[in-house]
Order: sequence, then structure tokens, then C-alpha cells
Amino acid sequence: MSANSTPWRSDTVHYRRRLFVSRFNLAMSLATMALGMVFLCWILATLFVHGMAALSPALFTQMTPPPGASGGLRNAIVGSGVIVATATFVSTPIGVLAGIYLAEYGRAGWLAETTRFVNDMLLSAPSIILGLFVYTVYVVPVGHFSGWAGSMALALIAIPVIVRTTENSLRLVPGSLREAAVALGAPMWKVIVNVTLRAARGGVITGVLLAVARMSGETAPLLFTALNNQFWSLDMNAPIANLPVVIFQFAMSPFDDWKALAWAGALLITAAVLALNIVARAAFRQGKAR
Amino acid sequence: MPTSMPFADVHLPAESDVPPHDAASRSAVPKITIRNLDFFYGGFQALTHVGLDIAEHEVTAFIGPSGCGKSTLLRTLNRMYSLYPGQRATGEVRLNGVNVLDAATDLNLLRAKVGMVFQKPTPFPMTIYENIAFGVRLYERLSTRGMDERVEWALAKAAMWNEVKDKLQQSGMALSGGQQQRLCIARAIAVRPEVLLLDEPTSALDPISTAHIEELISELKVDYTIAMVTHNMQQAARVSDRTAYMYLGELVEFGPTDRIFLNPARKETEDYITGRFG
Repeated sequence: MSANSTPWRSDTVHYRRRLFVSRFNLAMSLATMALGMVFLCWILATLFVHGMAALSPALFTQMTPPPGASGGLRNAIVGSGVIVATATFVSTPIGVLAGIYLAEYGRAGWLAETTRFVNDMLLSAPSIILGLFVYTVYVVPVGHFSGWAGSMALALIAIPVIVRTTENSLRLVPGSLREAAVALGAPMWKVIVNVTLRAARGGVITGVLLAVARMSGETAPLLFTALNNQFWSLDMNAPIANLPVVIFQFAMSPFDDWKALAWAGALLITAAVLALNIVARAAFRQGKAR
Repeated sequence: MPTSMPFADVHLPAESDVPPHDAASRSAVPKITIRNLDFFYGGFQALTHVGLDIAEHEVTAFIGPSGCGKSTLLRTLNRMYSLYPGQRATGEVRLNGVNVLDAATDLNLLRAKVGMVFQKPTPFPMTIYENIAFGVRLYERLSTRGMDERVEWALAKAAMWNEVKDKLQQSGMALSGGQQQRLCIARAIAVRPEVLLLDEPTSALDPISTAHIEELISELKVDYTIAMVTHNMQQAARVSDRTAYMYLGELVEFGPTDRIFLNPARKETEDYITGRFG
């Protein structure tokens, strides 16, 4: 057969058509990616320009000021830290244990199916609803806003994220590894603690860090729970300052120095979330490499 | 020894009067006796009336085309199938005279007695040392020194102590494929089981690692009873004392490896081992 008659020659109509379709699709996906990137970069650039202008050491040393006075975000930064840390400590064990149940014990069965369904609903529930829920069941009976209520609302946001990522990363552990541990005569809980959870550790840590990142930016649930506090307070039984609500309040105000502080706060949160995401990715990669 | 037997051109004295399921010709003590074993994956029957004896301190090889039930048979011996609802076995599998298929069997204790090595190396995500110590700690409380000795003993048994003695604290997953598989064998023998089940232990390995592991199997049978599944006929001929040929969930022929390979009683066996299998 001569080379000229081979059906895969590059000048056949069919081949040229395929090439065109391929290039067209590539061009379209590049265009949509560019569209997304433009807005993302626009947002980040605006945030960076305004935020950097307001960034100063006073941010970390002074309290939120009354309008017209100079001040910082110290109480809000620390308050956010305390609320998010508390919520993390509460939600991590619950989320990880539930994820273990779903992946290792309840692969099928109505209880697992129901849990998975409810968890998926919680995962996509608007955060303001979770805030209103905590407001109704905790803030109203107690009679005042508080840090505890804020942590409760944030934990409700974090738990489904952690459950989902824990289950998914445990499911990625090959069954052969589980069987190998079982074949040594290890009881189920030892297999999970020592082998499967260890193998999935990177993914589980990533899930927790992503949940922390998600919590640190949530505003709506805190409006109904932790509220805000202009003063220095670490009392979890009282309203407590936090970055998202301060940003919300200051950005809506007519005062320029408050607006500047809101920009600075927004930049801080964004930077913190970015840092967390990078750490999460690094942790995931390390967990995979082992 | 089948190892030194060039089975291609040898004309052996006729043994065709030996029945397919011949009695142990080398007066071996049965360690595991299997009788009337049926196995089901849900509604599908994967083993039908399998019966044979696995002799102590011997290597018993299971050969047969994919899907013939040889791995399934191995997985009933340590009740691995019990992990999965929908899989069940009926009949008798007696280990030291006790039927392991009984509902009352303590599966963890059974599996500590009947170790298993899988087709793909499965190092745990921990150090080499911990990979070995994990199984030992389940059933024994050893001093640090005792554990060190046990780890060294197991790794030496698996013929890899010299390769890894300076990197015991490194991850077991950083080893090469052949080393990982020997680590898994070391891990299995560290708990000092009575029986070792090897499910195609060398099919993922290169020829040199395969040779290492075959040598190892021949040495290990002094202390253990070994049952192995292999797709490699030469391997079965080289390392096993008895061979069972299985097809479509049934035991077709079982006997001393020399006889199975040199003078099979059944036409199907001969077709399979000579590669004429359709």
C-alpha cells in the first residue's frame, strides 16, 4: 500500500474537521477561563489597592474606633480567631467521626443514606438559615447574643464540609490496604485508626482547613449570633467582635475611616484564607506522597 | 524437589492409575481439610463442592484460568470474604480440626493464625519498622528490645534485613515494588501465623524480585504451611509440593506437583498446563 492512500493522511476532510472542532473548543474554554480570571483579578486588585492603603500596625494593636477617630481591628481579629477556633474544635471530631461512619461502616443502609442526604442538604444550605436557626434555639432562650452562639452557627457550617471530605478521602483508600490490615487479625477500629485514617490523613486535614477557611469569611450567621462588640472582650457568653460583621458594618457606613478599616479587614481575611488554602494543598500533597 | 525436575522431556513410569484426587503420597499431615465447600457471591456460585487437604509444611499451589475460583478459595481460608455482606460459604474448612466457617469463629484470632499476602504490595502508610510492629502489637506485648528483635527476625526471614536495616524509620511506601512485597511477607510472618496464604504474590513483580520471593517461599515452608495462587505455571512447578487445578469453581485435579505436571490424569489439566487451553 502506498503512503498516499493511507486513510489517516492529514489532508482528509474528516481530519481537518476534527482539527477545527478541537481548536474551536480549546478557544472557547480559554475564553471562558479568561472571563472568570478577569473578574477574579479585578476583585483581588481592588481589594489589594484599597486594603493596602489602610494597612498599618495600628490595625493589630488598636480597637475598633468610633466614627472620626483612628483605630484598628484588634478586638475583631482576636474575636474572629476565638469564635472560629472554638467552632473548629467542636466540628472536627463530629465531622471526622461521622465521615468515618459513612465511609467505613455505613456504605449502604438507610441510616447512612439518610445521613449522607441530610449532610448534603446542610452543605448547600444558605448560611443565613443556619444563623437564624441558632438564633431561634439558643440566642432567644438565653436572651442575649454571644460568642458561643457564633461558634455554634459556624460549627454547623463546618460539620458538613468535614463529613464530606473525610468520607471522600477514606473512600479513596484502596480496599486492598484495608484487607491487608484485616488479614493480620486487626479489629476494625484498629484498621481504621492505624491504617485507613492514616492513609487518608492528607485529605482529612485538607477538609478541616477548608472548613476553617469557609468559616472565617461567613458574615450572615454571625449577625444573628455573635453580633459585634466595639470593645475588647474575650467573654464567649457576651457579644464578641469579629471581622466579617465589622467589615459589614463599617463598609455600609458613610465614614471614610471606617470604610478604610473595612477594606483592610477584607484584605486580612482574604490573605488568611489564601494562606490556609496553600497550607491545605501542601498538607494534601504530603499526605499523598507518603 | 520439583525445582530440579526438567519436566519437558522426561518419560516417567506410568502413574495414570492414580486417581485424580490421589491420597497424600508423601505421608503429610493435613493442616487444613476442606470438604464440600460451596461459595456464593450473592446469587452466583463461585465454588462447587470443593474438597482437598492442605498439608502441613508444604506448599500447595492453586492454578487455573482467571475466574476459576482459586482466589475465592484462598479467601475462605481466612474468612476474608466475611468483610463483604452478600458473600457466603457453606461446607467445611477445618483448621487443626476446627471448622472456621462456623459463625462462632473469632475472625481476628483466625486471621492472626492464617496470614495473607496479596497480589499488589500493600505497605501501610507508616515506617518500615511500624509496618512490622503493627501486627505484632495486636496480640503480643513485647519490650522495646523484644520488638526490635522480632522486627529484625521477620525482615531477615523475608531476606531483606540487610537492605533495610539502616532505614527502618523510613516510610514503607518509599521501597521498590519487590521490596514492598517482601515487607508484606515479613509483616505477615512477624505475627507468627501457622498458615500463609499467598494470592499471586509475584504477579506485579519483575523477574529478579520474583526469584527472591520464590526462594523465600521454599524456605518458609519449613516453618509454615503455605497455600498460594499463581497464574505462572512454571512458578507452581518450581515452588509447590502439591498442585490443584481448578476450573469454573470446581477442583479438577489435585496431587503432587511432579505428577500433575508430568503426568496429569485429566485431559483438561493437561490442556491447561501445556497451554492448549481454549
